[in-house]
Amino acid sequence: MSVSQLAELLKQNEEQILDKWLSAQRAAGIRFDLIDERNVQDNSRDLLKAVIMALAQDADDFDAPAWKPLKAQLERLSRTQARQGFSASETATFVFSLKEPLFELIQNQSQYDNRVDLVWLVNKLVDKLGLFSVEYYMAGREAVIREQQESLLELSTPVVQLWDGVLAVPLIGALDSNRTQIVMESLLQKIVETESDIAIIDITGVPTVDTMVAQHLLKTITAAKLMGARCIISGIRPQIAATIVHLGVELGDVVTKSSLADAFKLSLKELNVRLVGNAR
Amino acid sequence: MTKTQTLPLKQETDIVIIRQRVRKAAEEARLGLVSQTKIVTAASEIARNALIYGGGGQCLIELANRDGRAAVRLVIADQGPGIADIERALVDGYTSGSGLGLGLSGSRRLVDEFDLKSQPGAGTTVELWKWK
Repeated sequence: MSVSQLAELLKQNEEQILDKWLSAQRAAGIRFDLIDERNVQDNSRDLLKAVIMALAQDADDFDAPAWKPLKAQLERLSRTQARQGFSASETATFVFSLKEPLFELIQNQSQYDNRVDLVWLVNKLVDKLGLFSVEYYMAGREAVIREQQESLLELSTPVVQLWDGVLAVPLIGALDSNRTQIVMESLLQKIVETESDIAIIDITGVPTVDTMVAQHLLKTITAAKLMGARCIISGIRPQIAATIVHLGVELGDVVTKSSLADAFKLSLKELNVRLVGNAR
Repeated sequence: MTKTQTLPLKQETDIVIIRQRVRKAAEEARLGLVSQTKIVTAASEIARNALIYGGGGQCLIELANRDGRAAVRLVIADQGPGIADIERALVDGYTSGSGLGLGLSGSRRLVDEFDLKSQPGAGTTVELWKWK
C-alpha cells in the first residue's frame, strides 16, 4: 500500500526533507518582518511530523480522524498568519513549497516501481493541505473583520454638557443597532445626573433616517419629556427632511433646528441666558 | 462596480452593508442627492422587514435602465411566512410587530416603482425602482 510506504519513506528522510523544505521556503521568500527563522523552522518541523504521523496510520481519506491533529495544527498556523498580516498566497506557499522536496525524494527512490503513484499521492496530499490552509486563513480573516465590525458598532457616542442645563448627543453612523439603545439610555441617565432641561440630539452624522431610527428618536424624546426635559433635534439635512416627509413619519411637536449652533442658541434663549460681548 | 450584485441578508450588520451598496449604486446611476437618500432609506426599510419578519433572505442590487434613464433596481426577497393581507400591510400605521407601521407604505412613497409579491407560507419579494 502506497500510503504506508510513503510514511516510511518520509520518516527515514525527515531531516533531509525539512532542510530542503526550508530552503524551498527561503527561495519563495519568507516574510522575516513578520516571522523569525526559529518560528519558521519550528512550524515546518511540527507540520512535517504531523504529516508523517497521519500517513503512518495508513489513512488516505482526509476526513479520517488520523488527519485531525494535522488539520488542527494547520488551522492554528493559518489563523495566526491571517492575524499577523500575511497574504493568502504567502500562507499557502508555506504548504505548497513542501512539494518540491517530496517529489525529489521520490524520484531518487529507483527501487520503487510505483513512483508515479507516490508522486500522485503527494500531489493530492499537499494540494489538499494547501487548500485547508487557505480556508483556515480566510476563516481567520473573517473573524478579524467580524471583530472590527462589532467594535465599530459599539463606538460609543458621548453625551456632552454644553451649558448648565443643556446636554448634547452628536450621533454618528448607522443607528439601527443596539448602539442606539445604549446612546439613548445614557442620554436619559445624564439628564438625571445633570438635572438638565434641554437635550439636543444632533443627527448631522447619521447617513440614513428610516422609520426605526425615527422611532428610536421619538421614544427617547417622549422619555425625556416624562423626565421634564425637552429635546431639540438638530442637523436634519435637506435630503433627510424630504425622506422623512415621504416616509410619513410625524415628528409632532418636536422642536427641530437645522444646525447644532441654532439649537444651542435656542436653548440659551429658553434658559434666559444672554451672551454679552465685550463692549469696546 | 458590477451591474448586478446579490448580497446576503442574515443579520443586522448586513442591512448596513446593503445601505452602503445601494448608496454607491445610486451615486453611480447619478441620481440626485434626495433620490439617493430615498432609495437608500427604502432599501433599509424593506431589508429590515425581510430580516425581522421574513427571517432573512437576500438583496439584489442592479444598475438598470428605465426608458433610457439610469435607474437602480432592487429586489429584496425572503423565505418567511409571507403577508396574508397585502392591502392592509400597505396602510399607514398598520404593523404586525412593534414598529411605526410606516416601513412598507413609506417605502412605496419613496421610490418610483414598488412591487410587492407575497403569499402566505411562500415568502415575500419586494421590487423597488428609482430612476433619474
